[in-house]
Amino acid sequence: MPPPGTSARHHILSVLVENKAGVLARVSGLFARRGYNIYSLAVAPTDDEHFSRITIVVDVESTPLEQVTKQLFKLINVVKISELAPSQAVEREMMLVTIRAEPGTRGQVIELVDVFEGRIVDVGHDELTVVLTGPPSRLDDFEDLMRPYGIAALQRTGRVALPKLEKQPGGLRAAG
Amino acid sequence: MNRPSAGQRMNGGQALIKSLELEGVEVIFGLPGGAILPVYDPIIDSPIRHILVRHEQGAGHMAEGYAHATGRPGVAMVTSGPGATNIVTPLADAMMDSIPIVVITGQVPTAAIGTDAFQECDNIGITRSVTKHNELVTEAADIPRVIREAFHIATTGRPGPVLVDIPKDIVDPRNPRSALEWYRPTSVDLPGYKPTTRGQPRMIREAARLIAESRRPVIYAGGGILKARAAEALRALAEQCGIHVVTTLMARGAFPDSHPLCLGMPGMHGNYTAITAMQRADLLIALGSRFDDRVTGKVSAFAPDAKIIHVDIDPAELGKVRRPDVPIVGDCRLVIEELVRAVAELEATTARADRSRWDAQLDAWREQFPLRYEQGWGEGDTLKPQFCVEALRDRAPEGTIVAAGVGQHQMWSSQLWRFEQPYTWVNSGGLGTMGFAVPAAIGAKVGRPDRTVWAIDGDGCFQMTAQELVTASAERIPVKVAILNNAYLGMVRQWQELFYEERYSEVYLSPDLPDYKLWAEAMGCVGLRVESPEEVGPAIDKANAVDDRPVVIDFRVDSEEKVYPMVAAGTSNDDVILGPEQGPGGH
Repeated sequence: MPPPGTSARHHILSVLVENKAGVLARVSGLFARRGYNIYSLAVAPTDDEHFSRITIVVDVESTPLEQVTKQLFKLINVVKISELAPSQAVEREMMLVTIRAEPGTRGQVIELVDVFEGRIVDVGHDELTVVLTGPPSRLDDFEDLMRPYGIAALQRTGRVALPKLEKQPGGLRAAG
Repeated sequence: MNRPSAGQRMNGGQALIKSLELEGVEVIFGLPGGAILPVYDPIIDSPIRHILVRHEQGAGHMAEGYAHATGRPGVAMVTSGPGATNIVTPLADAMMDSIPIVVITGQVPTAAIGTDAFQECDNIGITRSVTKHNELVTEAADIPRVIREAFHIATTGRPGPVLVDIPKDIVDPRNPRSALEWYRPTSVDLPGYKPTTRGQPRMIREAARLIAESRRPVIYAGGGILKARAAEALRALAEQCGIHVVTTLMARGAFPDSHPLCLGMPGMHGNYTAITAMQRADLLIALGSRFDDRVTGKVSAFAPDAKIIHVDIDPAELGKVRRPDVPIVGDCRLVIEELVRAVAELEATTARADRSRWDAQLDAWREQFPLRYEQGWGEGDTLKPQFCVEALRDRAPEGTIVAAGVGQHQMWSSQLWRFEQPYTWVNSGGLGTMGFAVPAAIGAKVGRPDRTVWAIDGDGCFQMTAQELVTASAERIPVKVAILNNAYLGMVRQWQELFYEERYSEVYLSPDLPDYKLWAEAMGCVGLRVESPEEVGPAIDKANAVDDRPVVIDFRVDSEEKVYPMVAAGTSNDDVILGPEQGPGGH
């Protein structure tokens, strides 16, 4: 399967909701009711504690996506929905992964962790647990490279995303 | 009404009833039980009328019937657990047909939620997908605010059902958690809810241009016309532009059937002209309609040459089934009024396209393909259900409200009644809820006591909710019920005859078990039975003369009569089956 976000079948919805009990159930229930699959989902309060942002990666063609966003927007607790095209968004995801690292291969694993700017957060006799943050495609690459060594456990958070900032044609202006 | 002052101490139950009074609620349809008990105590001291139903489903459909007939939100109140689950069907019905109702459900005390307490269920979870919004109230102080929000949400934008779930502890005066200081919310704070009511002027001008250019336009009027109180605006648009109007099942009465521009009902059991006018149109002006599968038939073959102007207050309807050329989000009445002005401006400078051939074609179809049935008067001739509907229609006082259940009787009523005024037709369109008619008629009569209210029902439907006639007798709500008793689940029988090689599976009900006349009498109604065409008129006159109690007429009608025209499910609207001489099983 192609990495999510690079395929035309995947879309990122950034949904601003009221931070109230049951709102996530309303959102996820709507996806289930209309027959859409959620690929990944991340939710946390924003800087304003009255609101949360749900970042949803959906697995759909473009036409029904319009329908699902319109249906989502009908939920009373949904305040704003932005569809983020991967090329116009900054995306990050975190991964925790436990890798087989016996004495013979441990050096190579640590080297690759360094190349990917990961951090070793736990060490066992013949295993390492690594945390890695970055664009989802980078996490995919790391996962592929680690697979030959043996992955004992892996958990990704699902991505969060914000729109890329508009760049002024004149470049950044100096203050004053 | 006692107007409490701000800051006055009261308990949550009192605050709930007070909030309903301030919303202008005049009647609650409900049935008490353990969890909602504390709210029933202040009802004794309230000017609000409470109507005690015999089953919670009845309360929900009564609230819907009330809302249909009056335009004001209907209110139902039931207890937790089974009380709440019994009202799920009316919620789903109101959701499909955009009916504004507010349902209050009792809930077990806050501390017991999630413990599988007696009569506990997850009301919010169960009703999430069949309500426009629902809310569990956790603090007594939130009650006035949540009730204000519930009525605001139910009645604005695209109307719909709202459920408010009230745990017992916040309304029970013996519990300190029920204490609050009264306040009246003056505004609602719903950052995610701001319906668009005004259409975009650019889109309205574009719509006017398409209208002026079109040679074969049809107005496709839906239930949204009635919700938006837009019947007058619709008439102004149709008359100014000289455009014919089809009224969907949910829009019967939105445009007078006697009007020369009225083509009647389209869809699966619509008339030939209404269906075919849409198929051949070069422009469909969809106003508060939603391209339902019962209207479009096979979508890919629906109105192939038509451009679409689609006006709806719900943006999700635009492009859901058919992509419009001109989408307009807004309130039907406001948009139509703007459209009338825009067309007038445009036509001041540009000539309208010639439509004389189209108008002549529509007249020819109407002439050639009227609705038809034959009532025989000889010995052994059976009573035709259509004859009964026409007799009811012709003998009904002006302004009579008609309610129907779901099935053949509903289609015959919609086809044959002549609706001249809005809000005279109450039925379950989207969900197709059998058993809707009796309680909905009761709700309509409560809302419009000045009107005659006839429920035209089927024998299958009647058996689902008939017990509410006990409610009607006890509360002196003199509705009238005409059972078109064909001893079958008639519409299912029709499909088995036409599409399942006459293999009748589980559709026979018997004409005289139960004995409808005796049953009606047992419920405190006048019961009448009609078996031949000669008896029809006198029985209806007798029923119309009763105004102190409900009346039920058991019309023993032909079991084999079918609803025509018919477009079979999944086929194109080009393939209208006009009668038994045509189409599959046509014999």
